[in-house]
Amino acid sequence: MYKMQLLVCGGTGCRASASAKIVEKLNESLASHGLTQDAQVVTTGCFGFCEKGPIVKVIPDNTFYTQVKPEDAEEIVAEHILKGRKVKRLLYENPETEEHIPDSKHMGFYQKQLRIALRNCGFIDPENIDEYIARDGYSALAQVVTELTPQQAIDMVKQSGLRGRGGAGFPTGLKWEITKNFTSDQKYVVCNADEGDPGAFMDRSILEGDPNTIIEAMAICGYCIGASKGLVYIRAEYPLAIKRLQIAIKQAKEYGLLGDNILGTNFSFDIELRYGAGAFVCGEETALIASMEGKRGEPRVKPPFPAEDGYQHKPTNVNNVETYANVPVIFLKGPEWFSSIGTAKSKGTKVFALAGKINNVGLIEVPMGITLREIIYEIGGGIKNGKKFKAVQTGGPSGGCLTEKHLDTPIDFDSLVAAGSMMGSGGMIVMDEDDCMVSIAKFYLEFIVEESCGKCTPCRVGNKRMLEILEKICQGKGNMEDLDHLRNFANVIKDTALCGLGQTSPNPVLSTMENFYDEYLAHVKDKRCIAKKCKALATYTIMPDVCTGCSVCAKNCPVEAITGERRQPHFINQNKCIRCGVCYTKCKFNAILVQ
Amino acid sequence: MTKIKSLDDLRQRKQQLEQSMEIRENSDHPDSLVQIKVAMATCGIASGARAVMNAFVEKIKKEKIPAVVTQTGCMGYCYAEPTVEVKKPGMDPVVFSYVDVAKAEEIVDKYIRNNELLDGILPANYQTI
Repeated sequence: MYKMQLLVCGGTGCRASASAKIVEKLNESLASHGLTQDAQVVTTGCFGFCEKGPIVKVIPDNTFYTQVKPEDAEEIVAEHILKGRKVKRLLYENPETEEHIPDSKHMGFYQKQLRIALRNCGFIDPENIDEYIARDGYSALAQVVTELTPQQAIDMVKQSGLRGRGGAGFPTGLKWEITKNFTSDQKYVVCNADEGDPGAFMDRSILEGDPNTIIEAMAICGYCIGASKGLVYIRAEYPLAIKRLQIAIKQAKEYGLLGDNILGTNFSFDIELRYGAGAFVCGEETALIASMEGKRGEPRVKPPFPAEDGYQHKPTNVNNVETYANVPVIFLKGPEWFSSIGTAKSKGTKVFALAGKINNVGLIEVPMGITLREIIYEIGGGIKNGKKFKAVQTGGPSGGCLTEKHLDTPIDFDSLVAAGSMMGSGGMIVMDEDDCMVSIAKFYLEFIVEESCGKCTPCRVGNKRMLEILEKICQGKGNMEDLDHLRNFANVIKDTALCGLGQTSPNPVLSTMENFYDEYLAHVKDKRCIAKKCKALATYTIMPDVCTGCSVCAKNCPVEAITGERRQPHFINQNKCIRCGVCYTKCKFNAILVQ
Repeated sequence: MTKIKSLDDLRQRKQQLEQSMEIRENSDHPDSLVQIKVAMATCGIASGARAVMNAFVEKIKKEKIPAVVTQTGCMGYCYAEPTVEVKKPGMDPVVFSYVDVAKAEEIVDKYIRNNELLDGILPANYQTI
């Protein structure tokens, strides 16, 4: 019986910072102090606080060590485990009060969170099915297959109000019911793990931290819709998630929780993996199915929906990873409990990947209806370097920007759409005053142009044209007509593109034009970039009173636009200057003024 | 690995496995549990705090008491080691002095179970944050 446990994050982020080595060193130190009977090292999934990884959490006092290095292992063991003294320098420091916070229960990052989909991430060893079972794992499946009819189980999912977490928010129970009502000799349960939004990593973290919950939920879905086969479509670029999923499937099969006659009933279910090459469009369900069948990952016209005509033309239910992760909890705690969380039409929680100019980058799970202000300032710890908040992009390339006026809007599926954005898979990229919104829109369009499958003309050609216009504007060559063109293109693409990717692709442009029209005007009319991001629009001048005449700028200028005597103020010839910004980065005295 | 063939099998398996996870489950909601803190600085360890801590851990496990045992650094009562602080939910912490294995059992039986105070309680003259 262990008196203490050291939970070490084994998610992709922390592993990249040598968390596997930390585990090794901790074990070595425990052995050298003769403590292997007292303390145990456990590798878990993601804790979410990626900003300060690698994380080591000491149980039972919930001590939360951040940015641990392998060489810190000995000190943690010798001081904390042996003598009970916390290693202060590794504790999380509150950026505002500069106070060390010894335990995770008192960290602002965790206080507002409610973890349902992530309930086991950072808590159990994802490679050990026993730890999952100890936390009521597979009890929901057992309850469903032994006590409920498929319709009863579907009714519970419907009652819970769970909506698809992949983006559009379609009611999950209804989707299951539709698939169930089509008769066929074979049906399929598909898990969409083709997470492609820039900056989003919730599905990967769930698969890495708690793979068994996906297996259990897929089996429940199989029982409900009458399918005996499950397929997980996962990107090959998620090797750790794949490995942990494979281990979990193997262990579940050994326990008989997957396979024939599960728990002595006549329900059989098996899961296989299908690897994707990482194309964004394959997150669209018809493209995903085409890719799984070995065809090009291109979407097709709906209807018929996959519920009727899916994988191998059989009825197929496709849900996202996070959606499945919520399913077992609905049965364990009851649909009433689940629907008591959230807003009128969006129940439960949502996982967001916080990224960009925010202090606490990481993975969070919050009840629906929380405000952006709470997420950004209380959980996220505010904007980096005390800068001013400008916008937050939600929903990735399909979503839009929310601004200061949306800070107090309760977030759910419908309120985000009303504000001109969308939930999407839950990426949240925070921008500060230094970000140029025209460039941001351009960045997302570049992504879309790259990822468009090319099947339909509006998306293939239209987005490319829009990108060209935006490039022109950022070069300072735009005119007022271009802004009208942008709007027209956007509306046509929205109305005529074939699939969800195309229909939503103009959203970043439309929403930045809506909320930051003044920035577009500044680029077009005044040829100025307020955030000074568009290099072509900047003018560089040397402040004569600050310049020491060291001549570093002149030496580095690629076009010899800078002249001046040594030890005398230098001067930039604006006709020669190509606005590359080298002088600005090279000047040691901050004498270059960018306007 | 033996197969889990029925709902009862699964329940049994869960019960067997639960104990190994208990320490983590309990740490998730420490405020609702009895918290026993054993002072394990050099002075405490030299006076036998390790044996005392083991005694608490074993007794709590055996008698299924909702408590969590942790270690702390020196509380400053070096003359009275081993010292143990017990905090019951909603109550002020109480510090016991000169705790040995027998005293540990007594603390659990009398104070933790029945709120009965024992000899050797140190006056609470400090605050923790």
